[in-house]
Amino acid sequence: MTPLVAATIPDVVTFALCAAVVLSGGVGVVTSRNAVHAALSLVATLFGIAVLFIEQHAYFLAAVQVVVYAGAIVVLFLFVIMFLGVDRREDVEREPLKGQRPLALVFVAVSLGGVLALAAASNWVTGARKVAGSRTAGGHTDTYLLGKSIFTTYLWAFEITAALLVIAVVGAVVLARRPPSVHDAGEDPGTQGERR
Amino acid sequence: MSIAPAWYLALAAVLFSLGALGVLIRRNVLVMFMCIELMLNAANLTFVTFSRVLGDIGGQSLVFFVLVVAAAEVVVGLGIVVAIFRRRSTTAADDLHGMKG
Repeated sequence: MTPLVAATIPDVVTFALCAAVVLSGGVGVVTSRNAVHAALSLVATLFGIAVLFIEQHAYFLAAVQVVVYAGAIVVLFLFVIMFLGVDRREDVEREPLKGQRPLALVFVAVSLGGVLALAAASNWVTGARKVAGSRTAGGHTDTYLLGKSIFTTYLWAFEITAALLVIAVVGAVVLARRPPSVHDAGEDPGTQGERR
Repeated sequence: MSIAPAWYLALAAVLFSLGALGVLIRRNVLVMFMCIELMLNAANLTFVTFSRVLGDIGGQSLVFFVLVVAAAEVVVGLGIVVAIFRRRSTTAADDLHGMKG
């Protein structure tokens, strides 16, 4: 087992800063009353995770993390928040389900403590090695190896994800489309133009 | 020599717990979606950490697929939220009790 702290000072500082950013962003997502603030906290968390990817030499994934998550997914969240106009403050004092929050806190604390205790008391890894090829084979970059792995070992899964994305986009269009039957049924044609 | 993997895994565990807590205690469906993203990111961090520890590129490939599935999930989920909002004018999970006995 490697010692817990055997790193250079810049590594430790980077990790500590990113951990602080990630955790404060996560707390912000959970606790902020305004949905827009929650989305901005999510951006902080995603950037922290991206820097941690770089720290672990996963450069391509760090770039994809910023482009896809911070660039596309959070913008989609913000778009829907603005589109629906739900960016007002949520009433977090009201608790419709009695005892839900204390129970949730206890449940999460017990799970987290269990996971950490179990991990501290047992081995981190089982010893299985290099299922999909080495991470640093032949001095290639991680982008080269990742591309090679995806287009050889995981080619079938890659093609399936392409189909999944197409299905998701078509499904989203169908879901978000205004159904024409609701528009036409039993409505005065004269007022139809003014209704939105 | 970089940081020992134990720290990354502990950070990922804490982040996952935060996401789970958010899904359990928040009632706004949009914020619940964001908490699911937190949990997915914690899992991604674990994958990348084990990829580094084991010297195996498979962990990073899996993170790639998780990113794709997360994008698809968010697109469909937000489509459903928009469709629900159009009918019920709410994004609170507690107001969707149409099937309550």
